[in-house]
Amino acid sequence: MSEVRILAATGMLGSGFLEKSFYKGVSLNPHVIACDSGSTDAGPAHLGGEIPYFSREAIKRDFRLMLLGRDTSKAKLIIGSCGMGGGDWAVDWMKEIAFEIAKEENLKFKLALIKSEQDKGYLKSCLNNGKITSLYPHFEINEEDIEASSHIVGVMGCEPIMDALENNADVILTGRATDTSIYASVPIMLGCGLGASWHAAKILECGTASTVNRKRPDSIFGWVRDDHFDIEPLDLEARCTAQSVASHTLYENADPFLIIEPDGVLNTLNSKYTEINDRKVRVYGSIYEKSEIYTIKLEGAKFGGYQTVIIAGVREPFIIRQLDDWLEKMQIKFIDRVIEMSNNTLDKNDYSIKIRVYGRDGVMGKLEPKKDFINHELCLLITITANTEDNSKKIAKSFAHFALHFPIPEWQGLISGLAFPFSPSELYKGPVYNFNINHIVKPNSPLEMFRTKYLEVN
Amino acid sequence: MAILGDYARLIRSKNAGPFMLTFDVMFADDETYQKILKSKCLTKKIFSEIYNVSENTVTFFEHDAAKAIKISIPRPYVQCHEDDGDVYGGQQHALLVEIEVPE
Repeated sequence: MSEVRILAATGMLGSGFLEKSFYKGVSLNPHVIACDSGSTDAGPAHLGGEIPYFSREAIKRDFRLMLLGRDTSKAKLIIGSCGMGGGDWAVDWMKEIAFEIAKEENLKFKLALIKSEQDKGYLKSCLNNGKITSLYPHFEINEEDIEASSHIVGVMGCEPIMDALENNADVILTGRATDTSIYASVPIMLGCGLGASWHAAKILECGTASTVNRKRPDSIFGWVRDDHFDIEPLDLEARCTAQSVASHTLYENADPFLIIEPDGVLNTLNSKYTEINDRKVRVYGSIYEKSEIYTIKLEGAKFGGYQTVIIAGVREPFIIRQLDDWLEKMQIKFIDRVIEMSNNTLDKNDYSIKIRVYGRDGVMGKLEPKKDFINHELCLLITITANTEDNSKKIAKSFAHFALHFPIPEWQGLISGLAFPFSPSELYKGPVYNFNINHIVKPNSPLEMFRTKYLEVN
Repeated sequence: MAILGDYARLIRSKNAGPFMLTFDVMFADDETYQKILKSKCLTKKIFSEIYNVSENTVTFFEHDAAKAIKISIPRPYVQCHEDDGDVYGGQQHALLVEIEVPE
């Protein structure tokens, strides 16, 4: 019976783990050490704007310990979804950090870089050949949408990672990959059960998220066999229970029983969770159903303009009772001010203003049932989005001043209707992006959409 | 009257990808989980009424091993759409906390 041991360093590279926990995992002789480094959770800026989620320092700290742990154990080291969004730039960014650490620590290894950004011409031809279909909730895309994306990644499954393992890579850095594939590749290659491998991967990928009352991000260990897997956190103060492990398939999945991968679906409907001791859980009965059609999910982000933010409080009861009316009138009047301020070079089509009202429906928007409840104090979050950085900043500066003194009928004389907490009152936020693709591709082969490069680090 | 927040060990919401929003209502023990299920204080229909969304967009799960009720809907606004105010979707569960549970 095959047993593959997996050390998950932490839920996300850069979020940290205890050295003691990690080294305990290394001492258990893992076949693979892995960590996920990204997702879409934090929004489209990371994919679209090439912005890592954590600092280089935080990433390098975790990565260094993982490379040292790999050197000791000679396990395979796999890091998925580099730089949060998984863009090609992020794989190169991580490669530089890998070389830097290798030099500092005198490490040698064969490095594989697997990139996942998609060629727009390739995607357009897939679209025209009917190989791209939408996922729920459905919307259509056309060639212009593909062209308008600043970055599009394909979310890889196990196959490109297994290919790199077969080519004897020691350390694998991937672009966007499913959180599970980086953990499932080694146990599947070494003959463990598919259901056990994929389910173990799903539990491991969030680090200690499957423990009871997670104390901190930390390392966790999995033993994958034929028809079951065991899981145990490495910090002795942390523990898994049947319920905490079972609960983890709920987390940020729309369906708690089915997890869709490029080549199949993990079904945990009949999984059985049993406690081996007070910290370790065994899971039986998970099934992996192979799909007839191999699919790769796409993620795309489109540039949405440059944004400046104004934060302002409102406490005056006469303003609050007519807030929407006041805000609407000032925005209409402001149209002429933009034309005047810019000497007719800008008009209302060159910018947009959005005002979110905290203390009313700022958090829930149209889901908020209590939006007619009037609070005594409100916070306005005003965003000004324009086609250039300069336009966004100058329109915001004028709007802050214009809005501050915009009158209400009840008062005669100049008012100051907004409480700005900052000087200057506007904060330039930078470029913004929107997710614009929720589709899958049917490639001709599992490797077709991904590009692997090998480097000897010594 | 007691509210669902008094019975659950955790009520949370979270994005499930950029286009879906999911809600978890989790209980510490089977007894409480079964009591809440039997009370029918949170059903697909009740959820759709509280959140004012179409019932046919609501998927509703009972997860016995996790002792949890799970509900998913398409996000009301795509993540980071100009009207979206909750990137992680982490504060959308508020309405579930105060659901009244019959004794």
